[in-house]
Amino acid sequence: MDVNQYLEIFLDETKEHLENLNAQILRLEQEPEDVDTINEIFRAAHSLKGMAGTMGYKRMQALTHDMENVFSEIRNGTMKVNSNLIDTLFQCLDALEEYNNNIQETADEGTNDNQQLIARLNDFLKTAGKGTEEPKAQEAAAPEEKPDDQKEEKWLDIKLDESQLSVLLAAREAGKNVYGLTVFIQESCLLKAARAFLVYKAVEEKAEIMVCNPSAQDIEDEKFDLDFSLIVISESPLEEILQAARNVSEIETVTGAVYEVAQVPKAESMAVVQASESKPESAGSAQSQNAPAKNDKKAAGKPVVNRTVRVDIEKLDVLMNLVSELIIAKNSLVSASTTEGGSNAGFNEQIEYLESVTTNLHESVMKVRMVPIESVVSKFPRMIRDLSKKLNKKMELYMSGEETELDRTVVDEIGDPLMHLLRNAADHGLESAEVRAQRGKPEVGSIFLDAYQDGNNVVIEVRDDGSGIDVEGVKNKAIERGIITAEQGESMSEKDIINLLFHAGFSTSKKITDISGRGVGLDVVKSKIESLSGEVEVKSKLGEGSTWIIRLPLTLAIIQALMVTVGGEKYAISLGSIQTIEDVGPDEIKLVQNREVINLRGSVIPIIRLSKELDIESCKSPDENMVVVIVKKGEKLAGLVIDELMGQQEIVIKSLGKYISKCKIISGATILGDGEVALILDANALI
Amino acid sequence: MEELKTVGIKGIDEVSEYETFQYIVIKLGSEQYGIDIRYVDNIVRMQHITRVPKVAEYLKGVINLRGEVIPVMSLRLKMDLPADEITKATRIIILKLEQHGTIGVIVDEVKEVVTLSTAEIEKVSYDGKEERVNYINGIGKHDNELISILDLNTVAVEK
Repeated sequence: MDVNQYLEIFLDETKEHLENLNAQILRLEQEPEDVDTINEIFRAAHSLKGMAGTMGYKRMQALTHDMENVFSEIRNGTMKVNSNLIDTLFQCLDALEEYNNNIQETADEGTNDNQQLIARLNDFLKTAGKGTEEPKAQEAAAPEEKPDDQKEEKWLDIKLDESQLSVLLAAREAGKNVYGLTVFIQESCLLKAARAFLVYKAVEEKAEIMVCNPSAQDIEDEKFDLDFSLIVISESPLEEILQAARNVSEIETVTGAVYEVAQVPKAESMAVVQASESKPESAGSAQSQNAPAKNDKKAAGKPVVNRTVRVDIEKLDVLMNLVSELIIAKNSLVSASTTEGGSNAGFNEQIEYLESVTTNLHESVMKVRMVPIESVVSKFPRMIRDLSKKLNKKMELYMSGEETELDRTVVDEIGDPLMHLLRNAADHGLESAEVRAQRGKPEVGSIFLDAYQDGNNVVIEVRDDGSGIDVEGVKNKAIERGIITAEQGESMSEKDIINLLFHAGFSTSKKITDISGRGVGLDVVKSKIESLSGEVEVKSKLGEGSTWIIRLPLTLAIIQALMVTVGGEKYAISLGSIQTIEDVGPDEIKLVQNREVINLRGSVIPIIRLSKELDIESCKSPDENMVVVIVKKGEKLAGLVIDELMGQQEIVIKSLGKYISKCKIISGATILGDGEVALILDANALI
Repeated sequence: MEELKTVGIKGIDEVSEYETFQYIVIKLGSEQYGIDIRYVDNIVRMQHITRVPKVAEYLKGVINLRGEVIPVMSLRLKMDLPADEITKATRIIILKLEQHGTIGVIVDEVKEVVTLSTAEIEKVSYDGKEERVNYINGIGKHDNELISILDLNTVAVEK
């Protein structure tokens, strides 16, 4: 069977299962007796094994198989969960992840057998008192659980309804034979459906086919693996029917036996339920969807999941671009209608309608691209647990707002920076147990990861109740490293000093650990987040802990912007960074340290003359009142002096391309309704 | 906006051993230059160019080409010639370069498309005296006229 087409699904699902397992095993450690958790783990491990087997990844299958044995023991209550076991299980998950990564890169699982892990798992099984025979015996009793182990009598799994049963019983009484058959098609077979059909035909000549599993329709549509089972009524001997089926080429084997109709009643149908529960899962996702008859039983064991379609992100990008084009076209219509005086009321109405449609369309396309940050943060509890052991500090991670959604591209990128910050909090932030005791803090340190939406931004906070940032220490270190001079250090505010932490090559940790402290962390965090048009700031109180606040824009491609003119040129400023717009008289401008500032309702705000920054002559005379746009970056404010306000507009951000990337204060360009290009000012770079 | 679509571009790998190349002949002042047609995406009329602050002088800004924002440079300024005088004949040639992406270059006039074989192109020797020679990687002879073949990658490289 050509499995390549399923590779992507396999990788995605394996990743999901692994994430799930990580989370569930963590929970298991907390509540070792929780039956739901154990069942969930067992199911996930079982599906993994089945999928790996289907795809032919034997090593992966072997490892999951042994893990499954352990889970099975836990489920049966013959084995107790302990910290050692959890550690080993986590290592197994890491090994599985490695397999998965290998497969993703090379479509091959690699050669690492992980014998050690398997041996350790088996040790656990032995020490559980029952020895290794137990799981084996269990498998023999429930062979359905081993989909790949050449279980050949699959026709036993066929579920019969009352009427079929009675027909079979009647046939037996009439002296006819009832046989069960299972046909295995060769893996290399290209047209499975055609082969199956030929077998079907051949058997039909000799016998009457009562039941077919999967259904004849499914077989025709190739909705089956490599085998299918039949129950037939015939007067001919079994061998003859088998021979007829085997004569069809590309058939691996055909097995069959007399079908014991009498045994059917209750026990049989129970076994069938069990079998069908494990079978669709193990057969991989493609098959499970195509077995509607089994789905109801599966649903009982699995939480209901939203129906989803996996879409290539590039296709979404194309869609997004089209929507952008539409918005530009709409903008040109709007500008055309205003220049013509807007005499036609119906025309304007239609334009307004178009406007609302495009806005809605844009929003829904954006939403398609949004994914909850859960996919990134779900691995953190596990990481903190590992860190806790490694650092020998007790700590607990509290997360909230995992459901907060962000653009897919942002979510993919945000994982590393968050990991850096969490590691920092665990390593540098939290004190050792002795120090915590001295300071009268609870023994277990707390790290919080909170995500929430704030207007057009998503805020992610990483907070700890550790020692906070030692400002003096940072200052001294910076002077020592030659990042600042001693005089500079004197005049710097506490905030500025803390910001030095983001300076490349800065690490205050006295000892360098493999967790953090190589001095590459925070500047990478900062540049990464800035490349996502976000910002990061720190709040800290010595002795009480620090908070790292990451702000990210909700969307990247289309924003609301204020259009302004400076010296006859049009510029856009993102509405998200604008605080207020002020009318300022020339006499209100004061000089402080030779820099222009204004005193706005009690706060002193530096003034930036955009005409100067943009190398252009302002159209306004110096004694006129000035329009000042107050922008904020974190908690810093600045006033941008512009010539004129044009109004608010939804703009599509276009990259200037790498050819003109030198200009820091311009973050991109946009196309206006009249086809002209306007540049987007990056208020963050100006401040 | 009138646009001249270039047609019949030969793929780089299908060039036979009898190598002939097509060049778009442009005028810059009194000199003629040839631009390899395989790199030309489009030729558009002069249009409003949005200035970008704080970039090199020869980078005139960006234009909107069917929804794409494309940087435009002045070939004259890049080659240390007097600044462009915009006339009716002024055109922007949109180049697609592997290394530098899409760039527009302003030229005084687009004359014609010529086909030159390798035999008609003379390699230039670098004497290092004149800086302009660096932007040229050959001189083509066509109907008793000389066409300097532009080395587009050097032209596009930032100074």
